[in-house]
Amino acid sequence: MSLVAVRDAITQAHHEEWCRVVASLTRRFGDLDIAEEAAAEAFATAVQRWPADGVPPNPGAWLTTTANRKAIDSIRRENKRDDKQKEAQLVYDDDPPEPLGAIDDERLRLIFTCCHPALAMESRVALTLRMVGGLTVAEIARAFLVQESTVGQRITRAKAKIKAARIPYRVPSAEDLPARVSGVLAVLYLVFNEGYLATGPDTDPVRHDLTAEAIRLTRLIRALMPEDGEVAGLLALMLLTEARRTARVSASGELVALDKQDRGVWDGALIAEGHRLVRQRLAASVAPGRYQILAAINAVHTSARDGRDTDWSQVLALYDQLVRLDPSPIIALNRAIAVAELDGPEVALAAVDRLENKLAGYHAYHATRADLLRRLGRSQEARAAYDKAIELAGNTAETAYLNRRREQLE
Amino acid sequence: MQYLVSVINDRSNSGTPDEMAAINEFNDRLQTQGHWVFAGGLAAPSSATVIDNRGEEVIFTDGPFVESKEYLVGFWIMEAPDLDVALKLAAEGSKACNRKVEVRPFL
Repeated sequence: MSLVAVRDAITQAHHEEWCRVVASLTRRFGDLDIAEEAAAEAFATAVQRWPADGVPPNPGAWLTTTANRKAIDSIRRENKRDDKQKEAQLVYDDDPPEPLGAIDDERLRLIFTCCHPALAMESRVALTLRMVGGLTVAEIARAFLVQESTVGQRITRAKAKIKAARIPYRVPSAEDLPARVSGVLAVLYLVFNEGYLATGPDTDPVRHDLTAEAIRLTRLIRALMPEDGEVAGLLALMLLTEARRTARVSASGELVALDKQDRGVWDGALIAEGHRLVRQRLAASVAPGRYQILAAINAVHTSARDGRDTDWSQVLALYDQLVRLDPSPIIALNRAIAVAELDGPEVALAAVDRLENKLAGYHAYHATRADLLRRLGRSQEARAAYDKAIELAGNTAETAYLNRRREQLE
Repeated sequence: MQYLVSVINDRSNSGTPDEMAAINEFNDRLQTQGHWVFAGGLAAPSSATVIDNRGEEVIFTDGPFVESKEYLVGFWIMEAPDLDVALKLAAEGSKACNRKVEVRPFL
């Protein structure tokens, strides 16, 4: 087997098996630290040995066995050093498994523990990417433009809290499940959005590594909870957004508005998969949650061959439905963009202006206002709004787009 | 596993009769379900005295060790198998006493 083939096999095993290995070790030893360390050691051993010994017939089983052995070795070492450690390493989840049947997978326990609502959001993100996604601390730090030591601290602190406060390692009970699933999805959506609209002056406008990781983890959760409508909705939303990625930033590094994008370069396979998920959810005839509605809105956009063919009344109807679920000002702002297409920029501007005291610090509020004012020929006010938007925007491609728009004002 | 559930007060009026009734009912439930360890309400922070006997002689200081708009007004100590159960109980406690609460595990 060639070295390239071995390297590919290791990468594939890392994608497919990391989470499973960490999850099964956490279950067995009741300790995230031991599980993480032993899993990392097992993969390091694979990197050393597979090129010479060949890829084992069942890489997952090999990795689990090796990691188990590493964990036991490390516990023995610790125990020799300090007997008190034993107590901390006892498995505390002795509960009989919750009667949840199909969705009781060890990986789900791990995901729910990492996304526990008692942890700070940034800790949940770091912990999930490390323990579930298998990203290294250095990779997470690079992705979020923070120091490695900061990410390390977030993960260490989160693991310490899980242990000290006894955050349980299990799938939540059926009655808590919807709220807890939505907590998990919020973590994944945050990772996706940070990739899709990366912030920071020196960063690429789109961080494909983060969007891809978010999609991969959402696919995993979808495989584990195939019946959950919001999981399907979030996956569809991500796919339909990711499908437009290459058309979204121009060769000169400028953000391209939806109506100006070259629809020919949209990813047809991702769109087809996203549409299929949206249709499945529509057929389920269960009241949709916010991710399903957002996915449906994106399905309408990606169904139009040309921006001018967009079914805006359908978009607006979906936003109306969304506003009833989530009366946040950001949803109201996006709804106003659909209103502009149907009722004209003047009506939309009135709706946007009503959001001022809630959104004055949000760049998209000023960018939307600027665009509506431009369309109304109110150049001076538009210029002031572009200035404000540019000042607040963190994404390099968006700043470039806003700058050009401002310069084109009459 | 035991958890301290601190009740945080940020207003001047003490417990109303309705709140007291809800708290009593919640306490009964904690007892019948086996979560009860101990609970109590505290007098105003102005009644506190700080004692420092680390030096040569004991020093008494009038008032709480830290002045703040939010202060501890009472607490529960609850027995719970894990944080999820403790959080659920604490949420019921917050509703019953109509105040914010903080959950902290004992070592």
